[in-house]
Amino acid sequence: MTSVKAVKLHYYAAFHEAAGLREEDWRSAATTAAELYDEVAAHHGFRFDRSTLRVALNDCVVSWESEIRDGDTVVFLAPYAGG
Amino acid sequence: MREVDVRGVDVRGVDTRGPETGAVPSFALQERPLDTAALAAALSSSHAGAFVSFEGRVRDTNGGRTVIGLEYDAYPALCLVEGEAVVQEAVRAPGIIAARCVHRVGRLSVGEAAVWVGVIGGHRDEAFRACRFIIDEVKRRVPIWKKEQYDDGSSGWIGLEATLPESDLRPGTAR
Repeated sequence: MTSVKAVKLHYYAAFHEAAGLREEDWRSAATTAAELYDEVAAHHGFRFDRSTLRVALNDCVVSWESEIRDGDTVVFLAPYAGG
Repeated sequence: MREVDVRGVDVRGVDTRGPETGAVPSFALQERPLDTAALAAALSSSHAGAFVSFEGRVRDTNGGRTVIGLEYDAYPALCLVEGEAVVQEAVRAPGIIAARCVHRVGRLSVGEAAVWVGVIGGHRDEAFRACRFIIDEVKRRVPIWKKEQYDDGSSGWIGLEATLPESDLRPGTAR
């Protein structure tokens, strides 16, 4: 059975610019972070290649195969460019 | 909930206080300009025979283009965790007494200090090594993004070209 989860998406830098939002509430039946990204990318028209990105769940960088749970905070991470 | 300032910038975890400091974390994000003299003065110990610092500044060119300004965006919660971990790793090395790193967020002009790293240790070798370690690891592990503004009115997020299909790369896109 597929369950729908409510997650919070936070957008930074290029994602903020592409989505036009700093954050949004998202309901999804996605099982993994990868599935969630593909869903959100299709909605907002993100053109970024997922293999070049990383993802954080609840302020921890995790693998794209990590399971999405109800209440998660999700951040998609473009390659870092600090310094 | 995230705290955002009037420009919609996420300021959770960003030190937006005036030029006075209370508790001193090893890694910090800061909107206001860096007072590098004060940062250096705060790293003090009678056991320190060496103080090494690195200051990254906004350069006026990149990839042959003229840069007129920068904007840094950061994911504060993860920055503080990763930044603190980097500095603590450096401080655990033998001979290192203390270290600190502060990174700017928001808009910066050419010539401004974007990041400062300071290390004190017993001797210069370990202090140089630790300083180099911190700046390299901060660039690699801390989620900060840089957008350059160019003199032709265009702008672009640095590092983004690797994430986009070739067809999306316009002449105005940063290299």
